[in-house]
Amino acid sequence: MCSALLTFAEVSCARGGRQLFERFNLTLKAGDCVALRGANGSGKSTLLRAAAGLFADFNGAVDAASFHYVGHKHGVSALLSPKENLLMHERLAGSTRWWPAAAPEAAVGDALPFGGVSAAQALAQVGLGGAPDTACSQLSEGQRRRVALARLLLERRPLWLLDEPLTALDADGRRLVQELITAHCQAGGAVLCATHQALSCPSATEVQLGGGA
Amino acid sequence: MFAVQFRREWLCVLRSKDEALNPLVFLFLAASLFAIGFGGSSDRLGEAAPAIIWVLVLLANLLSLEALFRRDFEDGALEQFVLFAQPQFAAVLGKVAVQWCACGLAMTLLAPLLALMLNLSAAALPTLLLGLLLGTPALSLIGAVGAALTVGLGGGGVLLALLLAPLHLPVLVFGVSATLDGGAGLAATAQLYWLAGISVLALTLTPFATAAALRISVERS
Repeated sequence: MCSALLTFAEVSCARGGRQLFERFNLTLKAGDCVALRGANGSGKSTLLRAAAGLFADFNGAVDAASFHYVGHKHGVSALLSPKENLLMHERLAGSTRWWPAAAPEAAVGDALPFGGVSAAQALAQVGLGGAPDTACSQLSEGQRRRVALARLLLERRPLWLLDEPLTALDADGRRLVQELITAHCQAGGAVLCATHQALSCPSATEVQLGGGA
Repeated sequence: MFAVQFRREWLCVLRSKDEALNPLVFLFLAASLFAIGFGGSSDRLGEAAPAIIWVLVLLANLLSLEALFRRDFEDGALEQFVLFAQPQFAAVLGKVAVQWCACGLAMTLLAPLLALMLNLSAAALPTLLLGLLLGTPALSLIGAVGAALTVGLGGGGVLLALLLAPLHLPVLVFGVSATLDGGAGLAATAQLYWLAGISVLALTLTPFATAAALRISVERS
């Protein structure tokens, strides 16, 4: 039995006087890709933030393996260049030399294809190899989203939490995201992804969030 | 961790120079207005100078603190910071250290000029500088807690000032009192020890509080 990478157990949550989830259950194992669908305000982002530990105002239990989170806000500093953004993120998040406790789970992580990739390589993979040193304030929305996605490749982590990864991206970028997700799942990772567009990944299953009115 | 965060913030400060210079310009401008406002009575100005300098330093510091986390909050870097920067204590300290260098330390270096403009007695100058050097770290460290709490709120500036005024009061009181004693030729060691004590206490306790406050702000957004 493969251990679960992400579990929602009986999660209930009300926000702004409205019940978002009632005893919501979901388990992601290695190789799973779940696309969260639902109308605006149906709680997709809230669910992702709960998985990441950025939202705690709910009943029930959430248990997640070591993860990458790419939210609505890119988390890309406009004053720094793409390369600096990645380097700083890598050193802040994955500085295992100084802080052994932050090491990712080796058992799951070892099978993953990405990770251990240098910042320059990661940028090249997301199609930003040409502009590693321009300030991010000069980049377009889609390019900044690509910088955020490059973070996924820096360090191997089994779980990806992506909040609308396809927005602002061109056709090429959308294909890239789907390729990354597919490869990640094939290598034994798991992806939870909120999206309004259909994912054309072979392993993707959809979960419809009822919510709405 | 401290070094990485310090470098990142330092790059950010270097690339937004005009924003980083704002508090210093404010300090200089306000001091010159005081000098002009007091007109010819340079004796009275000299008496009031310690209080004026300390209050202006405190206000200029508030100005810079308000912007401490705002940009990171808006572009989402703060989410990543809260989730992944480990240990948070060192990372927070790195952020605040840069704020202090760009603001507290810079203001301390600017203080001799202010002392000259405001006719502060030469005897008080060494005590003023030492007091600022020991007191401004406390202002930055305590201020960071308030800045972290108010970063998600619109128009947090006034709230931040209200929140921090009572906490910054001891630093102001001891700082002014030390400078006055120094100017009168008395030993100001007691007040300076107090300032150092407050700073050390803030150094050990506030980074934890700042990290917790940042998490609250991010979760609430």
